[in-house]
Amino acid sequence: MKTVIIKYNAGNVQSVMYALDRIGAGYLYTDDADEIRSADKVIFPGVGEASTTMNYLRKTGLDKLIPSLTQPVFGTCIGMQLMCRFSEENNTECMGIFDVDVKRFPATPGFKVPHMGWNNISGYQTDLAKDLTDNAYMYFVHSYAAPVCEFTVASCEYIHPFSAMLQKDNFYAAQFHCEISGNAGQQIIENFLKI
Amino acid sequence: MLTKRIIPCLDVKEGRTVKGVNFVNLRDAGDAVELGALYAAQGADELVYLDITATIDGRSTFIDLVRRVAHTINIPFTVGGGISSIADVSALLHAGADKVSINSAAVKNPDLINELSLEFGSQCIVVAIDTRYIETENGYEHIVHTHGGRKPTELRTIPWAREVEERGAGEILLTSMDTDGTKNGFALELTATVSGNANIPVIASGGAGSMEHFYDVFTAGKADAGLAASIFHFREIDIPDLKDYLNDKHLPIRMTR
Repeated sequence: MKTVIIKYNAGNVQSVMYALDRIGAGYLYTDDADEIRSADKVIFPGVGEASTTMNYLRKTGLDKLIPSLTQPVFGTCIGMQLMCRFSEENNTECMGIFDVDVKRFPATPGFKVPHMGWNNISGYQTDLAKDLTDNAYMYFVHSYAAPVCEFTVASCEYIHPFSAMLQKDNFYAAQFHCEISGNAGQQIIENFLKI
Repeated sequence: MLTKRIIPCLDVKEGRTVKGVNFVNLRDAGDAVELGALYAAQGADELVYLDITATIDGRSTFIDLVRRVAHTINIPFTVGGGISSIADVSALLHAGADKVSINSAAVKNPDLINELSLEFGSQCIVVAIDTRYIETENGYEHIVHTHGGRKPTELRTIPWAREVEERGAGEILLTSMDTDGTKNGFALELTATVSGNANIPVIASGGAGSMEHFYDVFTAGKADAGLAASIFHFREIDIPDLKDYLNDKHLPIRMTR
């Protein structure tokens, strides 16, 4: 099986590679269109700011390539947000795979933003959550979130309910960092590789 | 619900943990990777590794350690100790650290906080504040200290905490040098003031001696996370017991067993 991690100008990709190493899964880290197209599984990870990362994707043509992929694609954190239609973070038009807009958490007394730390997810309706215990805890770090919508396959609550995971056809996404979310996060990565 | 985090802190010298460690079931208690993995398995929510080596050779040993930790454990970890430049941070993040903690360098050059958060994102920039309540020309005040809490600065702790947030820090690690090592509990009032003023998470450190102290710092102290070292290393408190205790007291805690 050929797994590709998409190379672009986002941070923290190292942890994703280590997570794949831990489960003994090989991978290629590349931005080459042919390599990405011919992969069995594609992971689109990263930490970053929406407009900067999106500009980079446009410059390299990845913004057209990613939505055209037909094999399972898994976006995490900023990867998930870039797969949505629009992000309020510097008013960025994103790739529009999921027709939903990413919004900043509203300033609310008693709640700090970013939402940082371990929070539980629930309402699983995805193969990625197979064998996961109910209300599993995942590690989140984000200031913007996709609201609950028709593509939501797991949700989380901070200030208001939001999408922890999205799914549409061959596209899967998680707002949290599976790669550092303990054994529960590892389970999700293993499930993705088994699809 | 977002949970309160329990964070063991490991001091590392030449790639090995210092401060005696009392884990009989560890093959090598000085092995910082093995100890971190044990804490992760016990349910620690994050780890902090502090490099207390002063030499250049030690620095590269530490980066190698960071790489091994990142490869082994599957929870977030922060690294700190002697970080003073974008290049230092870049090397540590590329080795696989999730966050870096800066302290003296931020006091010396506050613009470094802005530069680092622009370069790498606020989420991975922790500013550590070591504070001590001392007599000044205005009477007793909370004053920021450097050099492991030995050297007072001109900075007042509460406004400095606000400033580091404005400059782009993603998190504050607040250590009270007055309570550190006493095992009499965290500095509740100061922690509550800093955390209550902040819109970023505050990790409380210094003074943990009992499970109740963690309860206090998460309630009266308004902390988002509690950090301790020796009580975990010497197994005076086991992390699973601590989490059970806090969960029984209805605090939001990530339960892993």
